[in-house]
Amino acid sequence: MALSISKEFVDAIIAQAYAELPNECCGVILGPAGSGKAEKLKPMVNAAASPVFYEFAPVDLLSLYRGLDHEDEEIVVVYHSHPTSEAHPSSSDIEYAGEPAAHYVLVSTREEIAPNVEFRSFRIIDGAVTEEEVLISPQGE
Amino acid sequence: MTIEVRIPTILRPYTKDQKIVSAQGVTLFEVIDDLEKNYRGLADRLIENGELRKFINVYINDEDVRFSGGLATPTKAGDSITILPAVAGGQIMASR
Repeated sequence: MALSISKEFVDAIIAQAYAELPNECCGVILGPAGSGKAEKLKPMVNAAASPVFYEFAPVDLLSLYRGLDHEDEEIVVVYHSHPTSEAHPSSSDIEYAGEPAAHYVLVSTREEIAPNVEFRSFRIIDGAVTEEEVLISPQGE
Repeated sequence: MTIEVRIPTILRPYTKDQKIVSAQGVTLFEVIDDLEKNYRGLADRLIENGELRKFINVYINDEDVRFSGGLATPTKAGDSITILPAVAGGQIMASR
């Protein structure tokens, strides 16, 4: 098990995490249904606008899923940032993880490790968290 | 005429993997009650203490029922209901 993701997307997610400080940022990466390929980065608005919580706005959620049906796509990655804690799923992340097939990516921009960041990926299935390798492919691939 | 209900991936184990199921009822509550007859266990994933669970979003056609009366929202033949678990989380538990 591993997440394959382009460097371009990794950089964009980290940039989004910094841009939305002090709040958590969030988004998804979509791919053709059944492919498991992270091809289309889609930043989402954090409707909770909170440093410790994120939630896609219900109206955005509906249009996201309508779009998936329309384009025959799936959610390959669900990502969000933790501004002040490590890049590991919290109890609420685990409780609300609703896409068993998705990679859950967490980014930590906490000060203790600056200027470094953590970028980690997990599977969350029925409350069980398994970390997986992140394979970053060069730009343009 | 019946009402179409779109089931999210995480709840499809209750609907024998069907993405779209049909049900009847004149309120959202009745529709869920009707679904429960065929898909046992589903209602408990949607309702808690007589209300829609937090972090479960239900839309009738394109309207979020949170703004139209929740479980009491009227439904009619030909409506399309979409159930989507919130995509949410974060460092701490939310109080919503």
